Order: sequence, then C-alpha cells, then structure tokens
Amino acid sequence: MKTGSHLETLLGRGEFVATAELGPPKSADLQLIKQKASILRGFVDAVNITDNQTAIVRVSSIAAGKIAFDEGLEPIIQMTCRDRNRLAIQSDLLGAYVLGLRNLLCLSGDHQSFGNHPHAKNVYDLDSIQLVQVLKGMRDEKIFECGEEIRNSKKSDILEPRMFLGVAANPFADPFEFRVIRLAKKIKAGADFVQTQCIFDLPKFKQWMQMVVDQGLHEKVHLLAGVMPIKSYRVLQYMKNNVAGMSIPDDLIQRMKGAEEPKAEGVEVCCEMIRQLREIPGIHGVHIMAVEWEEIVPAIVQKAGLSPRPQIQ
Amino acid sequence: MIIAEQKEISEIIEMIGDHKKVLVIGCNTCVTVCLSGGAKEAAILASALRLAFRVRGKQVEIEETSIERQCELEFVDTLSSAIKDKELLVSMGCGIGVQTIAERFNHLLVVPALNTNFLGLPEKQGVWVERCQACGQCVLDKTGGICPISRCSKSLLNGPCGGSQDGKCEINKEIDCGWHLIYERLKALGRLEFLAEIMPIKKWSTSRDGGPRKVVREDMWL
Repeated sequence: MKTGSHLETLLGRGEFVATAELGPPKSADLQLIKQKASILRGFVDAVNITDNQTAIVRVSSIAAGKIAFDEGLEPIIQMTCRDRNRLAIQSDLLGAYVLGLRNLLCLSGDHQSFGNHPHAKNVYDLDSIQLVQVLKGMRDEKIFECGEEIRNSKKSDILEPRMFLGVAANPFADPFEFRVIRLAKKIKAGADFVQTQCIFDLPKFKQWMQMVVDQGLHEKVHLLAGVMPIKSYRVLQYMKNNVAGMSIPDDLIQRMKGAEEPKAEGVEVCCEMIRQLREIPGIHGVHIMAVEWEEIVPAIVQKAGLSPRPQIQ
Repeated sequence: MIIAEQKEISEIIEMIGDHKKVLVIGCNTCVTVCLSGGAKEAAILASALRLAFRVRGKQVEIEETSIERQCELEFVDTLSSAIKDKELLVSMGCGIGVQTIAERFNHLLVVPALNTNFLGLPEKQGVWVERCQACGQCVLDKTGGICPISRCSKSLLNGPCGGSQDGKCEINKEIDCGWHLIYERLKALGRLEFLAEIMPIKKWSTSRDGGPRKVVREDMWL
C-alpha cells in the first residue's frame, strides 16, 4: 500500500470498483455539497470532486472534498494545472493530505476561454504529466519539486503527503494513435489509476483498449472506464457538435430520439455500457459521470449489478 | 518579427486630448512589414486625425514622420529637431518603439497608436500568426521545429491534451492543435520516439516569470 486510500485497497484486492462525480456548487452552498454526498454515500467506492470544471468558478475541490469526506465519502480530489503554479499545487496537496484526503486526479484542465472568466490569465506552469511526476516525487522520494526534503527543519521528521494518484485518458481525442503513447507517459510519470473520458463509442474504445493491452499497460495501472447517463438525445447532439474529443455514434442518438421515456432509456443505455465494459479484459472499474444528475447514480449502480459495494473491515 | 495592429482612432483621439502640437511617428521595420505602423500608415493616421479634429472644430497641428527603427537610439536621435516644438508624440512603433522614444525624450508624453500583438509571421496576405513567446529556453529541437509554448493554448510540454480533435484545438475550431502538428511532423520525420519521452518541467524563470530580462555579453563590450 502506497497510501491509506480506500480506493487503492479495493483495487489492490482486485475488486471491480465504481466511482462517481460530485460537482461543487457555484455559490457558498454547504447544504448542496452535503445533499449530493448523502445521495452517493454507500453506492460508490470513491467520488471525484471536480475542480472548477469547464473553467467556471465553484467551491474549491479540496474544501468540497473535505465536506464529502466528513459525510462518509472517499473523495478523489481533481486538480488542474490551469489555475495553480507549482507552489500552489504542492501547498494544496499538503493541505488536502492533512485534511485526510488520499486520492488525487491530475488534469490539464479545460481552457479558461470556456468558462465564466474568459479573460483570466492561465497558469500551466506544469502540464498534467509533470503534475503526476511532482506529486509522485513528494510521496515516494519525499521531496518537493525543487528537490528539498519535505520537513519543517533539518532536525524535524520528514512528513510527506501520500496520495493515490490518478490521471485522465481520452481514447477518443486525436491523434488516435498517440493516445496510447500518452497513457504510457502518464503511467511512466507515476499514475496509479486512470479514469477515461465517457464512452459512447464502444468499438472505438475496444480498439484503444486492445492497444493498451498489447503494450501491457493494463498491468501497470488500474483502468476505470468512464460512462455518462444522458437525459435526452439533445445532450448527445450537443456534445457531438460542441465538445472536442468526443465520439458519439449516430445510432445512439436515434435510439434516444425514439425513446418514449428518454431518462429511463438513458439509464438503460448507461447500464448496458457498464455491463459490456466489465467484460473487457483490463478494465478494473467504472467511473459514472452523472453531470448535475447525481441522484441517478444509485439507480445505475443497482441496475448495472454493481450493488452492494464491498466494505473494508 | 513583431506583429502589431492599430488602435481604434477614437482611442487615439482620446489619448491626444487637448494637446495642440502632435507628431505621429512611424517605424520602417516590423510594423511596416505587417502594414500597421510604417510611413504610409503614419501619413494615413495623421490625415485622419487632422480631419477628425477639424470636424470637432479643434485647432490641432498634426505632423508626421517616420524613422528606420524606433527600437534603436541612433535612429530615435534623428527625431531631435522634429520633436522640438511638439507637446505630444504618437508612436506607431511596437511597445518597444514607444518606450525607446519615451526614454530618449523623457520631457514629452509619448502615447501608443498600436497594440503590440505577438512575435510571428504573415501566413498569407492580411493574416498574421504567432510563432514564439520568447520563453528564453528553446525546445524546438524536440518538437520537430513547431513551438508548443506558443502554439498550444495551454503551452503544454507533453501534449496534446484530451481536447484535440480533427487537428484542431478545443478552444476554437479555427486554431490548429499545436501538438497535433508536432505529432504529424515527427511522424513524417520518423522521429515519433521523441514523444515517448517525458519533457521535463520547464524553468519559466528564463521567461517573463523571472522578472524583466536582460542579455549581457561582455565579449561585445567596447
């Protein structure tokens, strides 16, 4: 065990894990965080706490993560390179660790031009791969990026933050052939687990996964396949036309369009996808991204046969 | 070269304010090539300003001139007689030109007629594109001669990120993904192995982040 992470323990035991997402509120709304946490509690093994996703200002991922932790969840703190330089990143990592948080997902972050502060200066002091390197160095080498040991003074003990480190992978972005090279770099940098972009195009994902397995990467890292329940065909159409790095088959749009009860159909599609993903060698879990639809996660977990979640004594 | 574009004339008029004797100064180097601040543009701007003040019923003397390079003191010194009776200088140089004139003639107010955009080149007639951010630590040897600092929207060193699609950047379908270009170039060169290596964390101290920069070469001292 590298860390005290519940997620690490489960993955280490060979469990097929389920993670979900909790988007912090756009205001100082403590109750909403608690409410979302109570919906997810017991249904998933860990919950990603997003970091100003789509570059819109929200409650910080670490603060919301601490609240979720106190509510009985196992948070995966998302950290982007967009808003923090290496000082802030390392400081926030120490902060997250002393608050009891044990998982961290390293991301580049959506460009600020997407969000509600498009005129902001961006940072990108590090990129997501270098971020993993720095945080792994803090955990395993017990040093800061600058090379100094993590201790208060020469006479003090070294007290390093020990985080279970995740990265994202997008099998559907271009250039397709580069995507596996990039994953290999992330693993080389020190990733312990990977969560993929949401999968709608299963044949393309299988093609990517075959390349991952051919290179033996599935044995070096825990792969969690991303899924997203959708409420309507319009969401799919929007993503197909406006979100870069997505692959959405037309027959899925047609299926959702023809559904009498689109929300129920969306849940069914998601559960079918989970069952199929579970059959793919090298997949160690699913990551359910129910964006602003957290309340549907328990139903998906149950219908997809992922319930009850394993407990650790 | 340095790419710049002219400010809105209303903004330039506002900067001139109540000054009565104004000299518009063009620059015959970069901003001439990018058609924003050369002798021709200085003449056009001066005419437009004269007309604008006449329409407003204001008596303002606007003259124009142009020098070889506003960023070199030898050339800036040639302005000495032209500026003698002036109250305000309007520089049509880049930001460096404005500052060189301001340093040399520090008793006069110098205002910029251009916004300095970036270091780049004309891609085709009427289109200029950025190519260098002057980060002070060139990595073009590892990226097939395509700069990730200036051409990736996030200046990633180990890109492309997950937002690259059909060769375009996630922020705008009009922008090429710099890392897609790098990938294609290295593939064509048979050097894809460059991409398998993790590019080390950059020392941004050589960039603007290290404070105002200075190059000192003692071997060139007289």
